[in-house]
Amino acid sequence: MTGSVTLFGLAGAGLVGLGLYGIIVQGKPLRRLLSFNVLGAGIFLLFGVAARRGAALGLGGDPVPQAIVITGIVVAFCASALAVALMMRLEAVEDDTAEGDEGTAL
Amino acid sequence: MSAGVLLVLALTWPVAGLLAMLVAARHAERIALASIAAGCLVAAATLASVAGEGRALDYVVGGWLPPLGLALRADGLAAMLLAMSAAILGLVALSARSAFAVTDDPAQARAPFAFWALLLGLACALNLVFLGQDLFSLFVGLELLTFSAVPLVCLDGKRETLAAALRYLLFALVGSAFYLLGTALLYGAYGTLDLASLRLVVRDDASTALAVALMIVGLMAKTAVFPLHLWLPPAHAGAPAAASAVLSALVVKAPFVLILRLWFEVLPGAGAFAGELLAACGAASVIVCSVVALRQQRLKLMIAYSTVAQIGYLFLIFPLSPGPDPFGSLGLNGGVLQLLSHGFAKAAMFVAAGVLAEAAGHDRIADLAGAGRAAPLSVAAFGLAALSLVGLPPSGGFNAKVMLLSAAVALDQWWIALTILAGGLIAAGYAFRVLERAMAPAPEGCSFGEVTLRRQSAALALAFVALALGFVPLQPIGLLSIGQGVSP
Repeated sequence: MTGSVTLFGLAGAGLVGLGLYGIIVQGKPLRRLLSFNVLGAGIFLLFGVAARRGAALGLGGDPVPQAIVITGIVVAFCASALAVALMMRLEAVEDDTAEGDEGTAL
Repeated sequence: MSAGVLLVLALTWPVAGLLAMLVAARHAERIALASIAAGCLVAAATLASVAGEGRALDYVVGGWLPPLGLALRADGLAAMLLAMSAAILGLVALSARSAFAVTDDPAQARAPFAFWALLLGLACALNLVFLGQDLFSLFVGLELLTFSAVPLVCLDGKRETLAAALRYLLFALVGSAFYLLGTALLYGAYGTLDLASLRLVVRDDASTALAVALMIVGLMAKTAVFPLHLWLPPAHAGAPAAASAVLSALVVKAPFVLILRLWFEVLPGAGAFAGELLAACGAASVIVCSVVALRQQRLKLMIAYSTVAQIGYLFLIFPLSPGPDPFGSLGLNGGVLQLLSHGFAKAAMFVAAGVLAEAAGHDRIADLAGAGRAAPLSVAAFGLAALSLVGLPPSGGFNAKVMLLSAAVALDQWWIALTILAGGLIAAGYAFRVLERAMAPAPEGCSFGEVTLRRQSAALALAFVALALGFVPLQPIGLLSIGQGVSP
């Protein structure tokens, strides 16, 4: 059992590393946002590891980190939605300006 | 217990205002002003109670004691910050009344409604960050703050401001991810997230150091200290003036307050080297961003760079507050005074810059000649706020910098003292450049719009508060030590 917890911990750390790498290396906002979500998934997995390791005798896990993860997922979802909304708005505005420029050129 | 209800009220008045706004969208402006007025009363009552009784206010939500439940607590620092944010929000809201008047035209009704709603969202998030005692509720407060602040940046929906808002959001999200990662490590090590319980059990080991380092780096990205400041200037310069004022004066201060709590309350006696590293980042902010501010052509960008520079001073305090009682030390007190006076001075400056830009129709510093005659009160407010940023007496900024300087000299940190002096000198350069242009006679054919005196008076009032902070005695503020040093 200790083995699986360690494995999950390592997987969480790996996701955090991957996400961070993506955020630093990727230039496009959407890819950065996806990297942020990978990073977030890694952090939530680490909370899960903390829950399993802190479980009282006979229980499956400590409920506090689980509650934290649920809240964290909601927050990360809201953040992603806000970021995507901004990106779509930005693209719409850029399309408008591009058309406007063509109009004046003609 | 009865006074503890004030803390609940501090969190509920913005939410009540928001709900009322959803029901009666047409009265958004009046509802926002009324709720902010109520918030000022709550903050004043909290400050009076903490200062009068000499002890912190506590409230345990739902009667569930930590570590399972959540606690709210207003110590001297939190009470001061509550009062500062309520006062700044109130004055900035008054200044924004004409720019964000609610109209019946549906095409133009969105921005005013969004502005007033987001302002209340900011107020709720700020109060939660100041009062929260649980690392995870503090995380929620920080995220709420980001979600309210980011849309404020792009209220006008232009391409540049949308791009700035997106960049701000991504920086802030990565910052909170780091913070949450540190929280996970701390929970894994100690099984509690309550600040007071953590303080009792915290050990000086590698995993704690790593967790706190991750949290502080994340919070630094949100505070915008060099070299993580790149998002701030375009975001704060692109936002409408009233929004820039609250963003620069209040929003970037909230993560810094968390750094203070982690550093001085959870981990007293943290490593000297880490403190020097933080101070080095602060010093780089002061010097680099002051020089960049000096070279800006646009007034609002200049003020935004000046924000990063002034935030740099806050990070100088970590090596300047040693010993078992940091909250009684000159360095930390100078830092807190700098935080308060920069809040008022920078809000005054942005509001005044907004009025000037509206009167002139642009915000190019080189073409501001004649502004002093068209909007005299705004130029006066700008000048008085500049006193505080430069550190000339009488102003809160002067007292703060004198305290920091004396602490640096007393502790033999000569490089910090030199940074403070050099930063003041460059700040004088960028402030006087604007004043010199604004006071020059207007060239032929140059016209300025009319601005009512009422709109200009809010900036002046903010600048006067920054000035009044110059009359606090040059010694540790007794109020700051309330609620510190005794474990509950």
